[in-house]
Amino acid sequence: MDMKEEMALQIRDLKSHFFTSKGVVPAVDGVSIDVPPGRIIGLVGESGCGKSMTAMSVMGLLRHPGKIVGGTILLEGRDITHLSKRERSKVRGNEISMIFQEPMTSLNPVYPVGRQVQEAILLHQKVTKEEAKQRVIDIFKEVGIPEPEKRYYSYPHQLSGGLRQRVMIGMAMVCRPKVMIADEPTTALDVTIEAQILRLMKRLRDELGTSIILITHNMGVVAEVCDYVYVMYAGNVMEQAETFELFERTEHPYTQGLLKSIPKLDGKEDRLYTIEGVVPNLLHLPKGCNFCNRCDQTVEKCFVEKPELYETREGHKVRCFRYEGGVKA
Amino acid sequence: MAAERKTGEILLEAKNLVKEFPLANSRRGKQVVHAVSGVNLKIYEGETLALVGESGCGKSTLGRTLIRLLPATSGTLEFKGADITAMKEREFAQYRRQMQLIFQDPYASLNPRMNVKEIIAEPLTTYGLAKDKSDLERQVKELMGEVGIPAEFINRYPHQFSGGQRQRIGIARAIALRPKLIVCDEPVSALDVSIQSQVLNLLKDLQDQYGLTYLFISHDLSVVKFIADRVCVMFLGMVCEVGDTDSLYETPLHPYTRFLLEAIPKADPRLRNEEKELLTGEIPSPVNPPSGCRFHTRCPYAKEICRREAPPAKQVGERQVFCHFPLEG
Repeated sequence: MDMKEEMALQIRDLKSHFFTSKGVVPAVDGVSIDVPPGRIIGLVGESGCGKSMTAMSVMGLLRHPGKIVGGTILLEGRDITHLSKRERSKVRGNEISMIFQEPMTSLNPVYPVGRQVQEAILLHQKVTKEEAKQRVIDIFKEVGIPEPEKRYYSYPHQLSGGLRQRVMIGMAMVCRPKVMIADEPTTALDVTIEAQILRLMKRLRDELGTSIILITHNMGVVAEVCDYVYVMYAGNVMEQAETFELFERTEHPYTQGLLKSIPKLDGKEDRLYTIEGVVPNLLHLPKGCNFCNRCDQTVEKCFVEKPELYETREGHKVRCFRYEGGVKA
Repeated sequence: MAAERKTGEILLEAKNLVKEFPLANSRRGKQVVHAVSGVNLKIYEGETLALVGESGCGKSTLGRTLIRLLPATSGTLEFKGADITAMKEREFAQYRRQMQLIFQDPYASLNPRMNVKEIIAEPLTTYGLAKDKSDLERQVKELMGEVGIPAEFINRYPHQFSGGQRQRIGIARAIALRPKLIVCDEPVSALDVSIQSQVLNLLKDLQDQYGLTYLFISHDLSVVKFIADRVCVMFLGMVCEVGDTDSLYETPLHPYTRFLLEAIPKADPRLRNEEKELLTGEIPSPVNPPSGCRFHTRCPYAKEICRREAPPAKQVGERQVFCHFPLEG
């Protein structure tokens, strides 16, 4: 992926560490992600892999004792890694926005939802209150909220989970950001509602050209909507590829294991494939590859050195010694 | 696996089971939540019956009412032919120990102030199943071994374990009394994929070993496909369809079952379907459920009679479907 100036968002070798009393936790340890305009980029991995912390770093939402200790974050070529509070608030919610898993905790329970979305407009744009209100109603229509004029006055508790997530997406989209980060946006929703929300995100990508970073643990969601995928494990990107390529030519043993552990909808299995062991404690990472203690394809080198990302085909990279030099050993 | 029912004996049968919760302080007089409305269900010995449906469909309430953790509003419950609906607690105790529950959240279902030994020993001491202290410890260690928790962790507390290990401890507690029936209420939904497959395999092994019967409550249809022999699909307190897992997934007869199956994001990008028909709208309120067939407000095939009359059970082969116009098999 060249033509770097065209990327909506570029994360370069990002390191976000947490300085705890027990030691330094390298939650994000050298992550590079390219987000081209008008694409949905998947960040997938299990809990503790660093996918959410990558997003929080981009949004400038890391809290003490977390800190960005290395790397750069470029928004359309502009460095936004370390911004002052003032500069940050001009970017956040305006040029980059974020939605979360549980919309109920992200909305203020004592204000009507319409007013909360209106506030986002008034904060970033010079429009009158009346114009802003009209914009809210328009965006509600756009994200598929029925009776938008009435819903403007609804309180969060009066809406269902699906509608609340639509309000959050509306709020995130109302200033037409270049990038929207969605952190497990459908995990708390039922499948029929999830399907609606995923379709909505695809529509926003196609109609408004918004870039979306979709954080999820669900390989089904990845396969359904993402254009390009990064698989993370213990603070590193383990594999990255275009979605069809990733599913057709899965190369990293971890990605393979993840896909094999999902029960299949067609056919019947007697036992499920399992990745033995548990995610390592980030305070005591193995000396070699972060995945070496759970991997079923290790070679000697895996236990002593850390692998880099090796490019195996155009746009497909794998952090595994078996692919050193770009071909499978 | 799925087609053969391991034995023909009915273990638990619900007849016209109703569970309603009165709403406190409702302004419009006495209102009730119709959580379970007239369910007839048979659970056969040695099988895994899955209860599936979206949130609020009453699957958890039904699971708990079936084992009398919640008193039924009306209807009858028979365990191995004995009417346990209104049995006195003293008499019911011998049945209660044959029915256990595994909870969804392994963080909330284990007492943080008890160590593993106390947690697993509790049911054993309650029913006086240990001769002395050393016998109790031996039994606890045996149970830990069965679920894959090393015996040297016997004095550890829940916070010292990962989510998957805690779920194993919960399972050890549930099998301690050698029950006949275990209600598994979303036992793997809080776990990562790689851990989920370990726990599912464990549940299957224990079932084979002890001839356990599972009532497996889940919203995840791929997990259900793996574990269940039969599936019961619920919508808003009522059963839509019951049948053998494989055939039900292959040819759903109730429109809701079909929409549910189609809405699952499949872990294969080649199966993307931008045109697939999605269920619109939201789940109606169980306080004022729709008249007639409760699914009619979301059903694209609904006709006049669906609004008027609740559909009777129709037998199609081994399948039971509650729909005026079932889909072609």
